[in-house]
Amino acid sequence: MFKRSDQDNRPAVKMFVDGAAIAAREGDSVAAALLASGRDIRRATAVSGAPRLPYCMMGVCFDCLVTIDGVGNRQGCLVPVTEGMQIEIQKGKREIGK
Amino acid sequence: MHRDYDVAIVGGGLLGSAIAWGLGRLGKTVAVLDEGDIAKRASRANFALVWVQSKGLGMPAYTGWTVRASETWSRLAAELKEQTGLDVCHQRNGGFHLTLSDAEFEQRAQLVTRMHNQVGAADYSMEMLSASEVRKMLPLIGPEVSGGSFCPLDGHVNSLRTFRAFHTGFRQFGVDYFPEQPVSAITRDGGEFRLSTPKGEIHAGKIVLAAGNANQTLAPMVGLSAPMGPTRGQIVVTERTMPFLPHPLTTIRQTDEGTVMIGDSKEDQLDDRVLRHPINAAMADRAQRMFPHLARLNVVRSWAGIRVMPQDGFPIYDQSETHPGAFVACCHSGVTLAPNHAFDIARMVAAGALEPELVGAFSASRFAGDSAGTTDIR
Repeated sequence: MFKRSDQDNRPAVKMFVDGAAIAAREGDSVAAALLASGRDIRRATAVSGAPRLPYCMMGVCFDCLVTIDGVGNRQGCLVPVTEGMQIEIQKGKREIGK
Repeated sequence: MHRDYDVAIVGGGLLGSAIAWGLGRLGKTVAVLDEGDIAKRASRANFALVWVQSKGLGMPAYTGWTVRASETWSRLAAELKEQTGLDVCHQRNGGFHLTLSDAEFEQRAQLVTRMHNQVGAADYSMEMLSASEVRKMLPLIGPEVSGGSFCPLDGHVNSLRTFRAFHTGFRQFGVDYFPEQPVSAITRDGGEFRLSTPKGEIHAGKIVLAAGNANQTLAPMVGLSAPMGPTRGQIVVTERTMPFLPHPLTTIRQTDEGTVMIGDSKEDQLDDRVLRHPINAAMADRAQRMFPHLARLNVVRSWAGIRVMPQDGFPIYDQSETHPGAFVACCHSGVTLAPNHAFDIARMVAAGALEPELVGAFSASRFAGDSAGTTDIR
């Protein structure tokens, strides 16, 4: 659905989504990289389990919540990608200790 | 407005609502006169425990009254669900009070002994458990937990949804709810009470004062007394997390929707508009020593509330001798005691007389003499 611009020459950053490698670009937010990956990255909300995708992309709506390097409920739109980053699509509530 | 009701309830919080709902259930015509949405309201600022352990030290009748509520709560929850479709998520899964040092353990053990030794107290089990026994039931406790007391009668509920369910039930029972109509004066004339509100007078055959700490001011208007001694409490609320806490604690509970509530301070200062962060810090520190995993959770809000609290910590239920048909009801534990208010107190008000065998001990006449009570301890 999303397609990267042909003029985007930023260096590639390799990260992992539920164990699978994806190619992001330096300067991407986690939420942007996930949307650009083409994978099914829908999370499930904490109470009803409804499917959600990143929405506002500016830190307001909290619909991009995701587990980053073992820490749950992070706002993917506010975290820049880094090489080797481990992302888990969060299904439901954050786990205690995560 | 000029209407006649069987009963007018002054106060539409959890306690007044429970009694009003109970009277509506019995087919009475009921008016509820309430403040507005911005009222200081313990019904919206509470910890939502249905709590038995350690209630009633110094007044055995309060222990019995609380055990009765614990035993009836599931019936109330079932009736509310059937009537309104709202699940108030009542759980009677047993509750803990955890201790963090040998001294705290010893202190709690002494309290448990004193409760068991109290003559006339209802018979219920509340026992001290060692840290390893606690760990079998609460696997995530931290190394600093020295043990705790456990009572199988304890539990918790979604108190905000309970409040909503009573009000939803009003409509079906034909209970009239009047917000923004605090009562400023009450007179009795020709066997009928007249209650003055900013929007006019309400007439009713009986009245129940259920206005929380404001009962202190209202009660003398009808020959009653309700000495109150409110305290303030703060609560810290975390983001939602997967269920990790199978039993509620006196100071930590996980709601049905996953948030963790950490409480609850007891302060004399009564301004609920300002948070005192050192108090939150102390509560959060104790919570994460009990459950180290909590340290990673984000706090999403924190608030302060004012407890409704009779002067000696025990409930007040009384009826006026000078103004027959006038009742007063106030207590700290409006959540725990909700079924007693909905079923028992409503039945007594409908019949026109409190039942001494059930609530005789709670008359405010106890304040007239030696007022050596103890405060409510959870």
